[in-house]
Amino acid sequence: MRKFEKLTSAIVPLNIENIDTDQIIPARFLKATTREGFGENLFRDWRYNGDHSLKADFVMNNPAYKGRILVAGKNFGCGSSREHAAWAIQDAGFDVVISSFFADIFKGNALNNGLLPIQVTDAFLAEIFNTVEKDHAATLEVDLENQTVTIVASGAQEGFEINAYKKSCLINGYDDIDFILNQKHLIEEFEQTK
Amino acid sequence: MSKTLVEKIWDAHVVKSEAGFPDILYIDTHLIHEVTSPQAFDGLRKRGLPVFRPQQTVATADHNVPTLNQLQPIKEELSRFQVDMLTKNCAEFGIELYGLGHPFQGIVHVIGPELGITLPGKTMVCGDSHTSTHGAFGAIAFGIGTSQVEQVFATQCLLQQRPKTMKIEVNGELGKGVSAKDIILYIIAKISAAGGTGYFIEYAGSTIEALSMEARMTICNMSIEMGARGGLIAPDQITYDYIKGREFAPAGEEWDKALAYWKTLYSDADAKFDSVLTFDAADISPMITYGTNPGMGMGISAHIPATGDQAVSEQASFQKALDYMGIEGDTELVGKAIDYVFIGSCTNSRIEDLREVAEFVKGRQKAENVIAWIVPGSKQVEQQAIAEGLDKIFESAGFQLREPGCSACLGMNEDKIPAGKYCVSTSNRNFEGRQGPDSRTFLASPLTAAAAAITGKVTDVRTLLNEPVHA
Repeated sequence: MRKFEKLTSAIVPLNIENIDTDQIIPARFLKATTREGFGENLFRDWRYNGDHSLKADFVMNNPAYKGRILVAGKNFGCGSSREHAAWAIQDAGFDVVISSFFADIFKGNALNNGLLPIQVTDAFLAEIFNTVEKDHAATLEVDLENQTVTIVASGAQEGFEINAYKKSCLINGYDDIDFILNQKHLIEEFEQTK
Repeated sequence: MSKTLVEKIWDAHVVKSEAGFPDILYIDTHLIHEVTSPQAFDGLRKRGLPVFRPQQTVATADHNVPTLNQLQPIKEELSRFQVDMLTKNCAEFGIELYGLGHPFQGIVHVIGPELGITLPGKTMVCGDSHTSTHGAFGAIAFGIGTSQVEQVFATQCLLQQRPKTMKIEVNGELGKGVSAKDIILYIIAKISAAGGTGYFIEYAGSTIEALSMEARMTICNMSIEMGARGGLIAPDQITYDYIKGREFAPAGEEWDKALAYWKTLYSDADAKFDSVLTFDAADISPMITYGTNPGMGMGISAHIPATGDQAVSEQASFQKALDYMGIEGDTELVGKAIDYVFIGSCTNSRIEDLREVAEFVKGRQKAENVIAWIVPGSKQVEQQAIAEGLDKIFESAGFQLREPGCSACLGMNEDKIPAGKYCVSTSNRNFEGRQGPDSRTFLASPLTAAAAAITGKVTDVRTLLNEPVHA
């Protein structure tokens, strides 16, 4: 898994609530058997017309918005457990997703892939949306070590929560399987007691 | 110390619990299917690892299988490749596969219970969010991502934070035409599509206790639609009676031993839940969703909320949903012409669902403007339906009984609802494009879906229940 420490980037704002994983990556694009290439179909039906031409009004198709941070309305990633959603976001070039609320499975999947989900308050989320509306090139600084997000222009900052274990996984680039495999003897002992 | 049911099962499966780390939770049964497993098998190959406990892993092909001519090669190339990949991976890693053509094949959440694989007190996972279905038996069952599928393959364990617990009690008698699907759509409409996030929900109360296992599965199935990690119901005599005698259920001495354990599986009277909600069954009408998430539901005869009824920050998303659905706020949905009816999915494709639909449509005819698909949850459900003559009833009413799979619930196979068309569906998600690009979904119970097929419009089924039928 790739390591994550600090990131300063412009943002792509998607001010819609309850964005479900069928919007992030529709089921008909889940037929690949590798993890690569899903970014092409990220937000497929919002991003493309039926004839594969780009929908001009979708934020990812607006060249004014570029960046490695996706900012979305609350309850992001609800619905299906498809990890393809996290892969698609990452494959499309994002390292961080910010929302005021995440669905559980999406959040876990993101963390397991080194895509950092950051939950901020509704007020701070609104402030980010306002900032980027005025200046499309506005940047955020994400500091995982200190668990802060900062709107660079104004200096407005908010802390965020992350499980200490998951944080160390992200910083060091190791995953749950490495962690559990080191304790396999405990699993075998547990099976004896069942 | 008194414990909730979730805590009892959880504690019995903790391999290691250490402050500052998630628990290492032992998984009894791992269900897999063709869509979310290939990358996990690949991961094992890259690490040079075997599947640690293949005999605790069960596979089936369900998500993108065709529902017509299943024994012929799958026409769609990518689907065929994915299903073939599952066959190859299962052979390589020593996993039992109930693939196409096998008498046990079907939707993963239908076959687990009907084969007696799903049992009280178990921990069960699958790379599918509707794994919560199995909670109906008093099991901890939840959906996982592909990295976690790989984790369970490699270790038969998962790193998991202990969940918060919620109890949802429903008490009293259900009204005429109201079923389990209406109960769960009602609860989700009340607490929203995010209202259960972070919780394991235990459903309890006299209404729940009176439900069949099929109905309980429908309820637990949709726990994820309010964001919950899982949902479960304490096992009782109805549970034991359902399990006894099934293919892989314990028998003889093993049965007695298991039963003694199952009888300890309930929340202690003074156990503390992090949240408790109570509903009255008498308040529940047949339900239907009007929007693009399962929380956007209402009693079928109610008016759709108007934009402006929500918090200001939510109004744009609300209006976007109505625009997508091609409907207006503050209007009725009853009478709206529809194009498709889909009766199926892991929510409502069990034999009891099919029997209920058959009883209602017997002697009736579907409307000409409607295409009505009935997709059984498994080969066993399909065979049972045929043995009971339900296929004949469906045929004469103009409904197509197809072969088992996930089908139009998510449109990974050919069963898609065309752009702009309306479908009354017994599945679990009404997301934009869920049943096909630009398709429009109204979620409802099998009975409400059947009523819509007959009239060709969104219909309050209660108005038809007293109508004489000419068989």
